[in-house]
Amino acid sequence: MWEKKPILLLLLATGAIMVGTIVTMILPFAWVNTDHDKIETVTPYNALEQEGRDIYIREGCNNCHSQTVRPLVAEVLRYGEYSKSGEFVYDRPFLWGSKRTGPDLARLGGKYPDEWHYKHMESPRSMVPKTNMPDYDWLSKNIVDPGMILRKMDVLGFPYTNEEIKALAGKTEMDAIVAYMQKLGTGIPWREATATVIVGDLKNPYAGTDHMTMEDWEQIYTDNCAACHGEHMEGEIGPELVGSVYEEAELFEIIYSGIPDGGMPGFSSLGNDKVWKLVNFLKYYQQGEDQH
Amino acid sequence: MDKPEYNYAIVRSFVTWSILWGLVAVLVGVIVSFQMISPDLNFPPYLTFGRLRPIHTNAGLYGWGVGSIFAMFLFIVQRLCKTGLWSDKLAKFQLWMFNATIIASAVTLLLGYTTSKEYHEMEWPIDIMVVVLWVAFSINIIMTIVKRREEQMYISLWYMLAAIVGVAILYLVNSAAVPVSLFKSYSAYAGTNDANVHWWFGHNAVAMALTAPPLAMFYYFLPKSTGVPIYSHRLSIIAFWSLIFMYLWTGAHHLLWTPVPDWIQTLAMAFSVMLIAPSWGSVFNGYLSMNGQWHQMRENYLVKFLIVGITFYGLQTLQGPMQAIRTFSAFIHYTDWVPAHIHMGTMGWVSMIAFAGVYYLVPRIYGRELYSIPLANLHFWLILIGQLTWSISLWIAGVLQAGMWNAMNADGSLTYTFMETMVEMYPYWWARGFGGIIYLVGVVVFIYNLIKTAKGGQPAETETAIAEGRA
Repeated sequence: MWEKKPILLLLLATGAIMVGTIVTMILPFAWVNTDHDKIETVTPYNALEQEGRDIYIREGCNNCHSQTVRPLVAEVLRYGEYSKSGEFVYDRPFLWGSKRTGPDLARLGGKYPDEWHYKHMESPRSMVPKTNMPDYDWLSKNIVDPGMILRKMDVLGFPYTNEEIKALAGKTEMDAIVAYMQKLGTGIPWREATATVIVGDLKNPYAGTDHMTMEDWEQIYTDNCAACHGEHMEGEIGPELVGSVYEEAELFEIIYSGIPDGGMPGFSSLGNDKVWKLVNFLKYYQQGEDQH
Repeated sequence: MDKPEYNYAIVRSFVTWSILWGLVAVLVGVIVSFQMISPDLNFPPYLTFGRLRPIHTNAGLYGWGVGSIFAMFLFIVQRLCKTGLWSDKLAKFQLWMFNATIIASAVTLLLGYTTSKEYHEMEWPIDIMVVVLWVAFSINIIMTIVKRREEQMYISLWYMLAAIVGVAILYLVNSAAVPVSLFKSYSAYAGTNDANVHWWFGHNAVAMALTAPPLAMFYYFLPKSTGVPIYSHRLSIIAFWSLIFMYLWTGAHHLLWTPVPDWIQTLAMAFSVMLIAPSWGSVFNGYLSMNGQWHQMRENYLVKFLIVGITFYGLQTLQGPMQAIRTFSAFIHYTDWVPAHIHMGTMGWVSMIAFAGVYYLVPRIYGRELYSIPLANLHFWLILIGQLTWSISLWIAGVLQAGMWNAMNADGSLTYTFMETMVEMYPYWWARGFGGIIYLVGVVVFIYNLIKTAKGGQPAETETAIAEGRA
């Protein structure tokens, strides 16, 4: 009968479409962004961060970078604590993405010092030679518009002070996007909570390795350390590493756990073995070089 | 009974414009595929991967996809209803509105005015244009059906009606936003809610724009091309109702393992697997309609496009549910596997059917026989080889990258840094770019063939029949 009545067919089709829609799209509003998944420490973006977020959207960063860490072992090791619903209540729109041509950015905030981001955004290849990320140096030439940002903050209903808006004068789009990146994933104190505690004696398994063997370890240094500490440990964003004053065990702890307040990320994901190789490389490689 | 006055001019216009936008989509696709290989091919601020990729997807989805759907629907609805369009003026308005919307989208996306929501990037003023466009189209189709001179509504018309209402609901809900200025708005939903609403939209846009309409075309063009009726009308009815019922539950399979509540993810997973049944219902209806007609795969290029197209639909609707299972999603989501999946659907299934539709329309809209069938065959092989090169290289890349992302050492640490996994992708990205170029050549051959036809092919043998409304 409905094959003869178009309006009836239209209504029946609408009904069929609405069942799944109500259950999986409308009902979830009762579960999500409620008191149940609220997190006290999560705060709205400040004016500069929000502007940075809008630049991230404008440039389509979400086409290559996701912003959700899934509760899977390898993923938590690589990026950090898995994402919680309550961390995204101020995100309009959501920016979870669907493709990781580049790494996930959900826990990027606080991983590197600001200086790292400026240098990396300006010329990603200067720090990561084989990356396919284009340069965004031109963001430094664009000045943000405080009047527009004020309107955005009003529409979003985020708190701000007049001083905060005044301070926007003269800021570049680069300042804004770096501020935004440093905010990402910092709504919960996950770094402190997941800081690795090293137990037992730290004994160097590679003590007395010869210079030749250590040459093979230079690649670990190049891949993970050179971007901040220079190609030859001469120091750049991070301090010079030649002639390190630290003991072997201290050095291991610094590389493994990082210096959270000092801008040094932890490299526990490299594993004990590679970290020990780095310790030996840093402390003894240069000496060997001098003797040659 | 007096002869109906069919409006083929508007069909011809939509065919022309949709093919033009399709060419843009493929061309930009090739460009962005090489931008992924070399960052030096980015020219900021306008011509960067981040801004061009949405132009590629939207030109493909809306310019070519929806444009060709408009062309086919405006043709099929007249023939199945044995009457001209309800309003020729409205159809003309729809054509202008369609092109204005596509051009406005391309320009604003280049300028960086975007909502960032995948397949729905255009800002709110363009959303309004889309709504006006869709309303104009819907009214014309529905009113033509209402005043039809054929009592029964064939299955193709059902799929059309479902698509019309489905797209309307999806687009309106997902467009909800608060404007800040003419070119900037903030989503009405926040965080996890926004994600869930968006992928309810995103996945069902695939259902209502890229599944129901090609099925409507397939059910019409296959029997028209082979000359024998569809195998089972009953099977097509069962497949229709179960397809449009089940699809809407599955959006959250794009959000497995995210903060979206687990029960929504589980429902999405279950319904995705169940969707194999109605999808394959149509695939097998197509195959069984070929009983005793398989020789036409050799003799009739239209049948070749249609049957290979529906085969890719079958593969797509098996691979999709597989990816919707949590364990498999955990492995391949976010890798290059996913674009390979999407491109099998768009380049294989949807485009194959739309190309067949255009070839079928040629003698009717140009009044001339196709200039060259060998060129149509060349077109077929180029797009088939191009698409397979594209998808297979990225499936391999996706599995490789997923394996490297998950590889762990004996002490529980990760084996590879992110960059170590990324550099492994370059050879596969080259292969993908190469596949895209082959596909682009195929599209150029197709366009060349159509231009030669329009400019002076043999007058259609069926011309008299068409004029009399019999063909």
